[in-house]
Amino acid sequence: MSETLTVPETVILEVFRYRPEVESEPTFDSFEVPFHPEWMILDALNYIKDDLDGSLSYRWACRMGVCGSCGMLANGQPVLTCATYLESLLPGPIRIEPLEGFPVIRDLVGDIGDFMNKLSDVKAWLIRDEEKPVEDGEYLQTPSQLDDYKQYSMCINCMLCYSACPVYRLEPEFIGPAAIALAQRYNLDSRDEGAEERMDVLSQHDGIWGCTLVGECTEVCPKGVDPAGAIQRYKVSATMDYFKSLLMPRSSS
Amino acid sequence: MKRSREPIIWVLFGGGGMASALFLPVLILVLFIALPLGWVQSAPIDDLQWLVRHPLTRLGLIVFVMLCLFHWAHRFRYTLYDGLQLSHLNEVIAVLTYGMAMVGTVVGAYLIWGVG
Amino acid sequence: MNPGYRLYYPRWYRKRVPIFWWLHKRSYAVFIARELTSVFVVYAAAVVVALVLTLNKGEPAWEAAMSRLSHPLVITAHVLVLFVILFHTITWLNLAPMAIVVKLGDRKVPPTAVLIGHYGAWFACSVVVAWLLLWR
Repeated sequence: MSETLTVPETVILEVFRYRPEVESEPTFDSFEVPFHPEWMILDALNYIKDDLDGSLSYRWACRMGVCGSCGMLANGQPVLTCATYLESLLPGPIRIEPLEGFPVIRDLVGDIGDFMNKLSDVKAWLIRDEEKPVEDGEYLQTPSQLDDYKQYSMCINCMLCYSACPVYRLEPEFIGPAAIALAQRYNLDSRDEGAEERMDVLSQHDGIWGCTLVGECTEVCPKGVDPAGAIQRYKVSATMDYFKSLLMPRSSS
Repeated sequence: MKRSREPIIWVLFGGGGMASALFLPVLILVLFIALPLGWVQSAPIDDLQWLVRHPLTRLGLIVFVMLCLFHWAHRFRYTLYDGLQLSHLNEVIAVLTYGMAMVGTVVGAYLIWGVG
Repeated sequence: MNPGYRLYYPRWYRKRVPIFWWLHKRSYAVFIARELTSVFVVYAAAVVVALVLTLNKGEPAWEAAMSRLSHPLVITAHVLVLFVILFHTITWLNLAPMAIVVKLGDRKVPPTAVLIGHYGAWFACSVVVAWLLLWR
């Protein structure tokens, strides 16, 4: 190789700080952390907390892209900090901010209560008209039936899609990408019978119709869930439902 | 449970998006550019007149114009609504955009049907 | 110390969305541009209707309209309109497989097939319209 890769010794992180007992407006603190090619952003944050400033607050748990708790903005882009190499953001300084769209409690920690409520609003669980007794065995499913919803079941509730969605940030009543994708996950599940109940919530303006298909939710999703696609498919089925009920008002109960 | 009437508008919006996507490029290329510049020769004028006076063509054109107008109304409504953060004017914007689309459809239909 | 702070009472910080938020990110700007193509859709449809009305008036009116359309400034503007509409067509057709999921029996038709179908429809519509306008 004629060109040698220059690996920096250190990299600067500009970290969003908000300590409500100290300041009424957030500020940025700069930290110089050692650079390692194998380090993720989360490793650098952990270094800051362990060695530079123990008061820095942020959420993380699994550090393997499964728990969905370490989502933040890195240079303005929503990412899982445990799955984003420092190297990909060189030369720095790297700006770390909390996800947009959620009120900040402290530093990099947002209040996610709104999303939690929305998950239950859309009834993101299996609904059966009648549970069959345990003795009757499992609800069987073919591989093709599994394929129908598997993609949407990959969601880890990391909320990167909410942060990327301008509609949600402008109108927080909007149910938003992940919750609608998860509603779709259960609608498309052959064992589920709750599509109608969910439609009542989702066919409102704050449900699917608020979406203008910016498409950024799908772009930032670390799990390939494609919430934008889920919402568009939902619009199609809601439309067919609507015209069916216009044509046959009696059959829809 | 009351369901919003959004599907009607969405169908008009989507139909307009699809119709304009499929037909406008060729119409613009042929009618606005190639014919005026003399790159190609049009069909005989009598044939073209027969074509636009045919009831099916007129009907198709009216539907096309309606769809294009509602496509615009829907997109423009949300561009104002979100792009300029005018959600407090939601009703006014909706009445103006869809209202203009409706008026445009009526005027367009009157003009097009009068051909022939 | 922040004098407004009371222990155990959360004081959230809420970031305001800037009024021109769509200028802050490329993908948002592309989105707004995509939505604004609808203005050009209406313009192009209106000119098509105007041409239909002129055609109805007879050959002299049609020839006059054609010569007005051949003015260099008008042509330049219409070339730009063509590019805007092509942007609309391409973004529109590319998003189609997102909404339209076709299942044949047990198998899902791959999104690329849906996409190719849409482009095929575009081609077919273009050929038919060009043929109607130009066949002699």
